[in-house]
Formats: sequence, C-alpha cells, structure tokens
Amino acid sequence: MATHTLPGATTENYLNSEDGILSWLLTTDHKRIALLYTFSITALFFLGGTFALLMRLQLLTPDGALVDLETYNKLFTMHGIIMVWFFLIPSIPNTIGNFVLPMALGAKDLAFPKLNLLSWYIFMLGAAVALYSIFRGGVDTGWTFYTPLSTGYAMGYVVMAAIGVFISGFSSILTGINFIVTIHRMRVPGLTWFRMPIFCWSMYASSLIFVLATPVLAITLVLVSLERIFHIGVFDPAYGGDPLLFQHLFWFYSHPAVYIMVLPAMAVVSEIIPTFSRKPLFGYKAVAYSSMAIAIVGFLVWGHHMFVAGMSVYAAMAFSFLSYMVAIPSAIKVFNWTATMYKGSIELSTPMLYAIGFVGLFTIGGMSGLFLAAIGIDVHVTDTYFVIAHFHYIMVGGSVMAFLGGMHFWWPKISGKMYPEFLGKLSAITVFLGFNLTFFPQFILGYFGMNRRYGSYAPEFQDLNVLSTAGATILGVGYILPLVYLIWSWKYGEPAPDNPWRTTGLEWKTPSPPPKHNFEVTPVVAWKAYDFEAQREELHLG
Amino acid sequence: MAEQSLALREQFATPEQQRESATLGMWIFIVTEAMLFGATFAAFAGYHHWYPAAFNRGSSEMELTMGAVNTAVLICSSFTMSLAEYFAARGKPRFVWFLVLTALIGMLFLGIKFTEYYMHYKDHKLPGFGFQDSSPQSRQVQLFFFLYFVMTGLHSVHLLIGIVLVLLMLIPALIYIDENYSTPIHNISLYWHFVDVIWVFLYAIFYLPGAHLK
Repeated sequence: MATHTLPGATTENYLNSEDGILSWLLTTDHKRIALLYTFSITALFFLGGTFALLMRLQLLTPDGALVDLETYNKLFTMHGIIMVWFFLIPSIPNTIGNFVLPMALGAKDLAFPKLNLLSWYIFMLGAAVALYSIFRGGVDTGWTFYTPLSTGYAMGYVVMAAIGVFISGFSSILTGINFIVTIHRMRVPGLTWFRMPIFCWSMYASSLIFVLATPVLAITLVLVSLERIFHIGVFDPAYGGDPLLFQHLFWFYSHPAVYIMVLPAMAVVSEIIPTFSRKPLFGYKAVAYSSMAIAIVGFLVWGHHMFVAGMSVYAAMAFSFLSYMVAIPSAIKVFNWTATMYKGSIELSTPMLYAIGFVGLFTIGGMSGLFLAAIGIDVHVTDTYFVIAHFHYIMVGGSVMAFLGGMHFWWPKISGKMYPEFLGKLSAITVFLGFNLTFFPQFILGYFGMNRRYGSYAPEFQDLNVLSTAGATILGVGYILPLVYLIWSWKYGEPAPDNPWRTTGLEWKTPSPPPKHNFEVTPVVAWKAYDFEAQREELHLG
Repeated sequence: MAEQSLALREQFATPEQQRESATLGMWIFIVTEAMLFGATFAAFAGYHHWYPAAFNRGSSEMELTMGAVNTAVLICSSFTMSLAEYFAARGKPRFVWFLVLTALIGMLFLGIKFTEYYMHYKDHKLPGFGFQDSSPQSRQVQLFFFLYFVMTGLHSVHLLIGIVLVLLMLIPALIYIDENYSTPIHNISLYWHFVDVIWVFLYAIFYLPGAHLK
C-alpha cells in the first residue's frame, strides 16, 4: 500500500511513517504496540464493565429481578476474570508503559521489540480463548477458581477460561522480561538509576512481580485443569490432596498481582503530580525505594486472603504483621505526593484531577486494607461487600483513575492532538463522584453483613444498593465520556506542541507524535529527574 | 565490522549492549522458569512432609538404575553443550558437531525417560489410567505418582524445547556465528544447563528417598 502524506501537513512520525493494516499487525515499534494494546484492553474494559452494570441492575431489588442466580454467578465471574487479567494487569504497563518507558529512558525501542509484539499476540490469543468460554456459556467459579469447586463441582467452561488466563500470563512474563532488561541496559548516557523518573522505578518493580509471580499462577492453573479433566490431582481431598494448597499458590500470585495493578498507577501519578505542581517530586529516593519495597514485601503477605480458610494462628499473625508492613512504603508514597503539592504552583488540569483523585481513593482503599489485615475485623467482614469496596477502591479508584489520568497526560504525545480540557475535567469529576457513590455504600453494606457473590439480599440493604447502582450508572457515563472525546480529538483536536505541560521527562523532548525511532538525536542526560530549575529556560518557566 | 553490523539490531547502540541485553533477558527468563518449577517443588515438599511413608513407598517403585543412568546422560549433554559454547565463542566451526551431539544426547535422555513412563504405565502406576496400589495409603501414593508425572513431564517438555532450540541454532550457526557473535549459543547453553540442574533435583526428590526400601 502506498504511503500518502498530505503535502505540507505533518512531519513524518510513528503514526504516518508506514501505512496499511500489516504495518500495524507486524510492527515492532513499541509505540504502535502500545496502541494495539490500548484498543484491545479498552474493548475488554467495556465488556467487563457491561457485566458489572448488569450485576448492579440485578442488585437494584432484593430478589434480583434481572437474571437467575446461576447467570449472576457467571456475571461476577466473567467480570472478575476480564477485569483482572484482561484489563487491569496489562492496563498501564502495556499501554502507557510500553509507549513511555523507552522514551523516558531515551531509547529507540524496548530491548526486545519482537517479543513485545509476540506478547500482544499471546495476550489476544488468551483473551480469545477466555471470551470463547463466555460465549459457550461462561464460568461460575468466581475469578479465583477455588478448588474443589472449580475442579469438581462447577458448571461451565472452567478449563477453557483457565487456559485463557494461562496463555495471557505469558504475555505478562514477556513484558516483564522486556521492561527489566530495557531499564538495565537501554538507558541513555548520563541517565543513572537515581536520575530515572519514578515512572521507570515503578515499572521496574511491577516487572519484577510479573516475572516472579506469573509462572506460579501458570503452573497452578495447569494443575487445576489436569485435575478437572482427568480427575486426578493435588488439590482434591478425594485424591489425597489439599484444597488449601491451591489457595496458597493462587494468592502467592494474586496478591502480588494487586501490586502489578497499583505500582504502574503509582508510576503515572508520580509523573503527573510534580508536573502540575511545578516542583520536583518530594523525597525521590524514598519513593524509589518504596516501589521496590512494595514489590518485595508484597510477596510475603498472601496469607491474609486465607485467615478464615484454616491456617495456624502463628501463621495468621505473621501474615497480619507483614500486611501492616507493606502499608508503610505505600504510605511513604502518599505522603511524598502530598508533600510535593505543598506550596507548589498547582494547576488543576485533567491529569492532575485524576491524580489527586487517585491519591485520595488509594488512601481509603489502603486504609480499609489495614482493617482487613487485622485478623479480628477480617473474620467479621470476610466475603462481604466490605472486601469488595476495599479492593475496588484500590483497583478502580486507584488503577483505573491513574490509567485515565495517564492517558490524558500522555495523549498529546501519543496522538499529537490536545484533548478538550473542559470535557476532560468533567470526566474526571464524574468518575470521582460516580465511583464514590458506587463503592462507598458497599463499605457500610459489608460491615452490616451483606455477603458478596449473592444475586439476592435481605430487604433492609436495599437503600444502599440503590445508591450503589445509581453511582454505577454515573461511573459508566464518566468512562464513556473520555472514550468519545479522545477518539474525537484524534481527528479534530488542536495539534499538540512537543511539551504541552512544560515538564521534564525525556519523552517530552521529542516531537508529538514522536518519530519512528523516538529521538532525532540521542539525548544525553545531565540532570536529575523532575529538575525544573535546571531546565527553567528550556521549559519557558519564567 | 561488517559481521558485527549484520547481527546488530537497530534498537541497540553497540554489540556489547545487545549481547548484555540478550544474556540478561535469558537469565530473567530462567528465573521465571525457576518459579514455574518452584511451585511444584513447594507442593511436593508439603505433601512429602505430610505423607512421608506413602512418598517413600512411591519412591521405592522408581526405576533407580534408569534414573541414575539418565542423570549421567544429561550431565554428559551439559558437557557437550559447554564445549559447543567454548568453540563457538572462539569462532571454531567444530562447535556445530557438539551442538548435534548435545541434541542427540538430549534425545537419548527422553528415550530412556519415556521407556520408564511406559514401564510405570504397565505397572498401573499412571494416575487416572487404572492406577493400582495395595498399600493402605494408596491415595497418597497416587499423589506421589501424579507429582512425579507432572514434574518430570514438565521437565521433559523443557528438554524437548531445548533440543529444538539447539537444532534451530544450527541454521544461524552455519550463517554468521563467529568469535564476535556467539550470544545465541551462550544463551541457549544457559537454558540447557538450567534444565539439567532441574533434573538433578528431580532425581534427588523422586528416586532417592525410597531407594533403601527396595
């Protein structure tokens, strides 16, 4: 297919340097692969969101008027599987991370561009298998695949869904390897470890979890599938096994996976807040080390998912203690973001609104996590909506807010166009309000004993459930809004300058959108991250 | 320089950067493999702790001699792999023969391994396919055999991948491996040694605990 650029229109960049569908499907350019991932996970996000909306509609009335209970089981299962493995895990690393990381390091590409493309194909294959299991009738085990429910009793296409997740795991592993090697070996001259933006540190930390945790999930799902297919195995007591072993292996992956979801969100927020406060990030080294501490200590806390499943009281105490410990580095980050804003020249642009929303919601999510780390309270609220509210504050209030904030922040770089600022602010506020209205009532519902994973509930819970469902519709509007105006701005938006936010990262020192190999001249770094003072003249900060 | 630029990918600035990146990538991949096997070793350790008698009984049913011979065979393959790497790094074409030899020894290992599998199958020791055991803890013995087939099976799959990779290396080897560029052979060698080390552990946990009960 012929390349046709309008004469005198835009200069050559990664978007227009090659044309045709094959130039996208066979690309090894990290920026194009980031866009492929963005399209894929956006579609999956709205599919998973649709399941959530159906669940909220079901819970509008105590009897659950919309679907039968078996279908409801499938709805929350598919919502969980899609949102966790096919949206949240790849969300920020594979879209924003893929796009920004090499440029933030001054590199031409990731260390292994072909592996990067392969990871997208593997991801799509995994997603296709998981979606196929939905269309064949779904799965009703919950996203956790607990044995012996999943290996013996559950109906539906458990093995198919598990294989979908298993396959997509390899895309995580490839991404993790790629990011770690890129950060180690592809930094431009002068960019020492402690001059890297926190974005890179956080991506490094989450990549460590990718490579260390994902293989454990992979082999666990293989064992589940073998047990379900051949009726032999290691988890079912009928074969001499122990179902708790499954829970240990599953949460050994799935708890660190929570940090896969939130560390990249912290990466994004650590770029947005200094930019719109016009101040270097407060306590740079503390934030960098706390990213690593979260990745390491995060591997030692999985037992807090199993306090009521049967473990010795000493193990429970150790896991409870370690769960408190992992809150420390998270709190260090929250304090440092806040201290960065203190006496800063704050500009409440769309990304900043999302980032501030993130800090507040993540704090609520994290603090309620400490409630759950306390054994006594955990026993009281286990498997209630308190848990649901807690992890949605982290995953939706945290990760999704940061994902949207990051998308707005780097949109001028990605698309070369500015998004409409007013609509952006409107979406940030709508999402924030809708989110709180949806999930705050669930803390109360859970505390008073409303169980999760039931399609019906006691009548006295109805008021708060109606509020929650109303919030979910507002949240839905808040999510559709950016989808519409970002697509609109791709074609009709104002052309973006190279550095619209006048910020310090290397990715802003190249045209928007960037040329195919990112930089015309390989940059040399002679300053610390977020050093607005050193770049005062260059950034026209006056 | 011509040979170097032939092999230098566009995202790298220097051959050193490319070599170090590829090798680091392989090391991290090996870490992920260690975690993959690690989960099964953890399961084995747990059940061995709970059911020592049943696991010793299961272990006494192993073909100890074949396992020992196979261990020796695999260690030989590591030796030939190292020689291949040694000659490749010095640009000596005879490394090709050592690659071929390594692949052949790997196949010999798989041959012996699958003979063992077949013997266990004949003995009704394959879980899910008419497993029989006369001891009171037959379920736990079955668990032992399930772990045995899963873990050694996973190892065999890895070895098979290793053989394919070694054979695939023959193609670029014939084109442009020289003293400046032997990184792929070095990295596949890392993988091969890792798979061998896994086998040494598998041999130790499956074949040895019940050896005195024969």
